[in-house]
Amino acid sequence: MALASTANTSLDFGPASALSCRECGTRYDLGPIFACAECFGPLEVAYDFGPVTREEIAAGPTNIWRYSKLLPVPGNVETRPNLQPGWTKLVKADTLATELGLRSLYIKDDSGNPTHSFKDRVVAIALEAARNFGFHTLSCSSTGNLAGAVGAAAARAGLDSCVFIPSDLEAAKITMASVYGGRLVAIEGTYDEVNRFCSELIGDELGEKWGFVNVNLRPYYAEGSKTLAYEIAEQLGWRIPDQIVIPVASGSQLTKIDKGFRELIKLGLVEDKPYRVFGAQAEGCSPVSTAYKAGHDVVQPVKPDTIAKSLAIGNPADGPYVLDIARRTGGGVEDVNDREVVDAIRLLARTEGIFAETAGGVTVGVLRKLTESGTLDPEAETVLLNTGDGLKTLDAVAAEARPAAVIRPSLAAFRTAFAN
Amino acid sequence: MSVSVRIPTILRTYTGGVAEVSGEGGTLREVLQKLDADYPGIGARILDETGKIRRFVNVYVGEEDVRFAEGLDTATPEGVQISVIPAVAGG
Repeated sequence: MALASTANTSLDFGPASALSCRECGTRYDLGPIFACAECFGPLEVAYDFGPVTREEIAAGPTNIWRYSKLLPVPGNVETRPNLQPGWTKLVKADTLATELGLRSLYIKDDSGNPTHSFKDRVVAIALEAARNFGFHTLSCSSTGNLAGAVGAAAARAGLDSCVFIPSDLEAAKITMASVYGGRLVAIEGTYDEVNRFCSELIGDELGEKWGFVNVNLRPYYAEGSKTLAYEIAEQLGWRIPDQIVIPVASGSQLTKIDKGFRELIKLGLVEDKPYRVFGAQAEGCSPVSTAYKAGHDVVQPVKPDTIAKSLAIGNPADGPYVLDIARRTGGGVEDVNDREVVDAIRLLARTEGIFAETAGGVTVGVLRKLTESGTLDPEAETVLLNTGDGLKTLDAVAAEARPAAVIRPSLAAFRTAFAN
Repeated sequence: MSVSVRIPTILRTYTGGVAEVSGEGGTLREVLQKLDADYPGIGARILDETGKIRRFVNVYVGEEDVRFAEGLDTATPEGVQISVIPAVAGG
């Protein structure tokens, strides 16, 4: 059944054919809608994929558009002004693996994106949807990284932007969100309150012709995270890893990485094999981990209190699906406290030369915890996601990452300082 | 108690396109019952078959998410604004 009010034959979403409710399956024509009119469930992009080969993908550009035939974007997307995110490094992390007692560990380092977080992937897809629907302003509710990604993408594309953040974010994220020339509005409240504000703004004339990447464009936006799954599999030599550890804020990224792996299997691009998906949260904002451990299939919202602000979503929209996927794949959801987050940031920096933001600290901390508890199989090939750059959350480690000494510029002073 | 209820876009087909309607009741449950009497069918969009708030709906009484308060038994004082909002946003 197509309940469309937005049918428009001039839309070009490539292989995307419809929106479909993840809860009840009701289908809708492609449009700027995000929740099912029947049950409020999240709408997802459904596709009619044509033939896709490994060779064709490998010959494509070194960014997410090499997978454009698997995304809701026009075929000529790579020729349009956008940030061309993706194809970030998959780092073989042998030193960290040895330290933790793992046989084989890779880090997908998404701090290498244009605005230094994975958010450039999802925003690039939302931008194409905004263009398709004729929106003039790109907007979002953000815990920081997204605001910067939206501001930059809008600037590149020549759109206006107006982004909303909680006022207590890290200084670097506030600067990055405002430098691209759009409007940055700081709201006195938590992320969940900012999100609620945006959801209300969308139904108001003030938000007319605005594309809120993670509200009315969310079905398209979220698909961008599938490219993490595609890249990981391709970079491993067209193979799905045995285990993957992913940070959980709204849960959208984890949900879409799982979708990406399943699509690759269905399309015959990788061998069908079992894989285990693990979610990582900060203890001070761990509604999904709490529900997982309690055996619940609903997530009770919490009020966040953690240094991992990019993961501080107390009412995670895709929480129930994270629980489903963790259980279906034999994975799990775990959390670590702020002290463990800081230790993990330093561990990753010391062993692999990667300086992660607090969300990366959460993920490495959870990797360590799951390894120590025997939950992760140390013999299995494991991939960990670092989704952001430590330069944006300097305060987390600034007190501990200090000069070893402050000396006068003389050999004698150096000798004295380090005599022991 | 007389209250106002903000209606999300996808439920405005029930209210003739109106974004905010007036309501009546001392608790959220009563307000939703009256809302359904005024706009038949809207209640079943907000509540599931067992009478609970649907998994992907957030309801606020004033600033407070009712899941942090008393759920459907949350008191709705005179003049308060109630908002019904799709939960599948953000992240």
